[in-house]
Amino acid sequence: MKFLVGLATGLLFGLGLVVSGMSNPAKVLNFLDLTGAFDPSLAFVMAGAVGVAFAGYRVARSWRRPWFDARFHAPTLTAIDARLVGGAALFGVGWGLSGYCPGPAIVGVGLGEPGTLAFVAAMLLGLWLARFAEPRDGG
Amino acid sequence: MPEIAATPFTPWLSLAGGVLIGLAAALYWWAQGRLAGISGVAGRLLALSRDGAAVVRLFFIAGLLAAPFVFRAVTGFLPEQTVSRNLPLMALAGLLVGFGTALAAGCTSGHGVCGLARLSLRSLAATLTFMAAAIVTVYLTRHAPGF
Repeated sequence: MKFLVGLATGLLFGLGLVVSGMSNPAKVLNFLDLTGAFDPSLAFVMAGAVGVAFAGYRVARSWRRPWFDARFHAPTLTAIDARLVGGAALFGVGWGLSGYCPGPAIVGVGLGEPGTLAFVAAMLLGLWLARFAEPRDGG
Repeated sequence: MPEIAATPFTPWLSLAGGVLIGLAAALYWWAQGRLAGISGVAGRLLALSRDGAAVVRLFFIAGLLAAPFVFRAVTGFLPEQTVSRNLPLMALAGLLVGFGTALAAGCTSGHGVCGLARLSLRSLAATLTFMAAAIVTVYLTRHAPGF
């Protein structure tokens, strides 16, 4: 049951990315292109996503545990440090070069574009390389 | 220089898609007690993290992979996308995204959606940073001479 819910969650997330247009790198790049072909859509995606997620987290505020686990796994890191800012900056550059971040890139794999496959392969390599450099948390 | 494909502003579809993403994040929290940050889900799977959530992550990723095909089953269309065919550039971008999100312990979903929804200052800092970096990058690659 837990695994079926996991599958459904990933599917729901992926469908959200597709319906919102975020699985199209061009649409993301156009959001980031403030002085050019600006497409504000991503702002609406964020508003919808953050709003609903906020409500969802609040609903569970008084729960002692989630449905299928003994406890919640909330992130514990709070520091705003060089690792966070540096990592975010690197991520932002990669995102701005491609229009892809992890979720949409994975969703795009089945569509088979060579650029997507190159991105995802390298992303997995990057994720793997970074583990020699960090503590992790949550997720 | 990549060609720029203009895209229409789609406020309602984008809002609706965002709501689905938010619902997925809520469901992941209610069911598994974890944040739906894709860099973390993928990264921990890759690292063979032995925290008991590996199979759930596998199913989550499977759901992401299946999404375009479920979309087609319902609508008759595959999702539209314009993806650069500059493979070295896409590989470089992927490397930066993988490494950067691991270092920052989060991405647009982890920090931008889940973190902001949890009112995390750390996630706010991360989100503002990656947004700024991305915007500057797009500006330079699209509008600055010499790129």
